[in-house]
Amino acid sequence: MKREINFTLNGDPVSIEVRPNEKLLDVLRDHLGVKSPKHGCGRGECGACSVLLNGKSIRSCITLAVEVDGQEIVTLEGLEKNGLTDLQKSFLKHNAFQCGFCAPGFTISATELLNNNPHPDENEIREAISGNLCRCTGYKNIVGAILDVAKKK
Amino acid sequence: MKEFDYYKPLTLKEATALYDRYGASSKLLLGGTDLVVLMSDGVVNPDVVIDLKGIEELKRLELKDGFLHIGARTTFSELIESSVVKEKFPIIWEASRFIASVGIRNKATLVGNICSAVPSADSAPALLVRDAVVVAASEEGNREIPISEFFVGPRKTVLKKGEIVTEIKVPEIKNKFGGSYIKLGRYSGEDLAQVGVATLAVEGNKYSVAFCAVAPVPVRATEVEEFLKGKEITDELLNEAKPIALKAISPISDVRASKEYRMRMSGVVFARSMKTSVLRLEGNGPEYGDRLV
Repeated sequence: MKREINFTLNGDPVSIEVRPNEKLLDVLRDHLGVKSPKHGCGRGECGACSVLLNGKSIRSCITLAVEVDGQEIVTLEGLEKNGLTDLQKSFLKHNAFQCGFCAPGFTISATELLNNNPHPDENEIREAISGNLCRCTGYKNIVGAILDVAKKK
Repeated sequence: MKEFDYYKPLTLKEATALYDRYGASSKLLLGGTDLVVLMSDGVVNPDVVIDLKGIEELKRLELKDGFLHIGARTTFSELIESSVVKEKFPIIWEASRFIASVGIRNKATLVGNICSAVPSADSAPALLVRDAVVVAASEEGNREIPISEFFVGPRKTVLKKGEIVTEIKVPEIKNKFGGSYIKLGRYSGEDLAQVGVATLAVEGNKYSVAFCAVAPVPVRATEVEEFLKGKEITDELLNEAKPIALKAISPISDVRASKEYRMRMSGVVFARSMKTSVLRLEGNGPEYGDRLV
């Protein structure tokens, strides 16, 4: 049976009818047109579907849409509402990604880290992104880009 | 994923009534990091999902009357952020840090981890060496179960129909102590443990040892605890203790490691964890959370 859920998506109120067995990732991508979270492994292991739930990164592929009723969701689209963030600019400058499929997830994880800890060291950065898989690069430029932002802040 | 009815009760009373009514055709939802995967795979197909995240009284995390009360809704991230957990229950803090990654820990709960009852449950060895108690509520009332009696097989617990785990209680230790949890895995991130060992050394040469991922259930190694009791830990003593510790486990081969490798590494990691616990007791060990493998 469908039920109505209400939540905040990238700062705007959203009201939508969902079935309890629909995942947040599918509702975001297929019904709300928010395409930055990606369907990678579909079981919470690769981090490509990461979004912020009340400021904390979660896996939208293993979250039911009904769970976010009354909560606040932020995706990449919300982070870059007023143009690219310093972190995104740093990713560009460092040529951190190749295919880019994992980039939204890394951006969400690194944004959460920098919000909680503006000056992380390399170990803290590697720990924060340990749940995000990138299959093109060797993580070096990703870590370098985040370190760069951490040093400038 | 199969269709199901979704309930989000606001009180424990409502939740136990629902769970009692729907029984085996229902599943309890906390973080969902395990359940939603199983439901997606079609391994678990409930008619009813009862989301416990609306229940305020399950949100507890406090030290009271000599026990740390970890409510069912407490996530691993919340445990890691708690200064009380870090200072007084550092093995639980350390184990929480080695669970999956931030994006999972932000949602996954310790109670959920215990109720999933997988052999590799990272939080279990820490709870075993700290003599934690599982508190379950049902229509019949409350029941307290020592964690050492809680697991009965892979994904099986002693919980009866209609029982909901409301919290885990962990007794405070008044004496000086040191502990450690070491997780041996292939990489950091979402990987499950190949071997997990928690040890505890309490002033007066008292020791506790527990393993995960190397037996059908997370286990306490009581025989080696007895052997070590009253003795000073030395390399020679640990060499003698290793085969006794390994009597408690019966690893299998799987995609992550062979049983032979697990058996050998269980001894290595046990000795390293015990030495670390003693050093921490003496105040000169590595920081809690440092990687020791």
